[in-house]
Amino acid sequence: MTIEEKQQEIIDEFNIYDDWMEKYEYIIELGKDLPIIDPDKLTNDRLIEGCQSRVWLDAEVKDGKMQYSADSDAIITKGIIGLLIRVMNDETPETIAKADLHFIKDIGLQEHLSPTRANGLASMVKKMKMAAIKATINN
Amino acid sequence: MSEGTKRPFSVREIREEFPALRQLIYNKNLIYFDNGATSQKPKIVLDAINMYYSKDNANIHRGVHFMSQKATTEYEASRITIQKYINAKKSEEIIFTKGTTDGINLVAYSFGELLSAGDEIIITAMEHHSNIVPWQMLCQRKGLTLRVVPINKKGELIMDEYDKLLNSKTKLVAVTHISNTLGTINPVKEMGVKAHAVGAKILVDGAQSIQHMPIDVKDMDCDFFVFSGHKVFGPTGIGVLYGKEAILDSMPPYQGGGDMISKVTFERTTYNELPFKFEAGTPHIAGGICLGKAFEFLTSLDMVAIQKYEKELAEYAQDMLDTFEGCRIIGEAKNKTSVVSFVMEGIHPFDIGTLLDKQGIAVRTGHHCTQPLMDFFGIPGTVRASFAFYNTREEVDKFIAAVEKSINMLK
Repeated sequence: MTIEEKQQEIIDEFNIYDDWMEKYEYIIELGKDLPIIDPDKLTNDRLIEGCQSRVWLDAEVKDGKMQYSADSDAIITKGIIGLLIRVMNDETPETIAKADLHFIKDIGLQEHLSPTRANGLASMVKKMKMAAIKATINN
Repeated sequence: MSEGTKRPFSVREIREEFPALRQLIYNKNLIYFDNGATSQKPKIVLDAINMYYSKDNANIHRGVHFMSQKATTEYEASRITIQKYINAKKSEEIIFTKGTTDGINLVAYSFGELLSAGDEIIITAMEHHSNIVPWQMLCQRKGLTLRVVPINKKGELIMDEYDKLLNSKTKLVAVTHISNTLGTINPVKEMGVKAHAVGAKILVDGAQSIQHMPIDVKDMDCDFFVFSGHKVFGPTGIGVLYGKEAILDSMPPYQGGGDMISKVTFERTTYNELPFKFEAGTPHIAGGICLGKAFEFLTSLDMVAIQKYEKELAEYAQDMLDTFEGCRIIGEAKNKTSVVSFVMEGIHPFDIGTLLDKQGIAVRTGHHCTQPLMDFFGIPGTVRASFAFYNTREEVDKFIAAVEKSINMLK
């Protein structure tokens, strides 16, 4: 599945819900299901300090593909992280560096990405991209 | 308080005057419980803003023409309305600022110029960052020492410790009247008496009290009282610093510019009298005029009845929240009002706040600009519901149901 197809799949999933609470119910389930990050990786250098919720992010390149894992102390934040990881994992650094992550806006979650929202997510997306850009340079 | 007949308090009638309350958020009737952050505006204020910019807009204090004089008259009339409302001796003691933060910074800079190394300033453990950081900056600049009155687990000041901190080196006590996070009402009058006994001045941060109770600076006998317009049903970007005339007179100007001068030559400038000495540049004219309208509105209300109503509303909400398993109320002072802060075991405040928002309920989550207080309670933040006189018991019931729904989703 291409990164575009993955985004479209998520958009389709969210289209089922016309009620905000249902959307969030789904995000919360995703948050609960997000694989737990290796506790060794919950370090300060991986911490993205937001105003409210905190996010830890780890990024590595395996066999030429990006592999992200992340965690947050807020479950909704975690659910959105789950979506980002689903879209961005197993993609090449080049793909991610160029990617337009429009699905966030399309499913109505852009408010979580505004810099003033300060839940660490905007910085996280930036860091995910930066890790990919770095990897393209290293290649 | 100024004299005059007060209309009997009716929440139904008052709500009619606040158009912002009548709107749908995510298709739900808005429940606005974020009054600690900012208040909604009554029609009298909204109309005044519209009127000012559509008809009366002119610069003040220097024009010969009709519009300028009209704007000046209204701006200065607003100063008098506020003076009367807080029972200041003179209108010269009312300095217009940008808000509470600006007022505190003005005092920290200007009054701070009168202090010297070794002097001490006392604040408390429940201060908003804006009543911490300006004093830290002053202490750094002038080599002063900052002392902090501790609190107990209920969120009340430990007054014995306050007594111990006061000494002949204490020059200023800066304390919040009502804690924005805990709702605790501090005994500022008693603290003032004690501060004065050692020759210190007291600044009361009224950002969270001016909208909730009658304020009488003469009776409080505080040396400074600061508040923001937008939290008291007025516009943003305008606020007030009240200061006793003799003290303000002894303080040097804060910012230089137009309006604050008497005569300027390149060799020497003499400064204008109070209050203009502290009001450099074109002020927020519309803000000042419309803040006066907000106080006209308040003057017509029975603040004693309102204070009682809001306290009962907050207590009702707190009692209901307390029935949830795992709920911890942050701030259980005996003397508190208008604010209920809480955390739910195992649930992040941000998650509750997000789900409440989607149910049309506006609350604040986070550290509320009181990080040292969060550290004291060992929590990352709280969910805070803060009430105003236009909130109702029915809204609290809906809020409680929404909290319950959110908890069930998040568990």
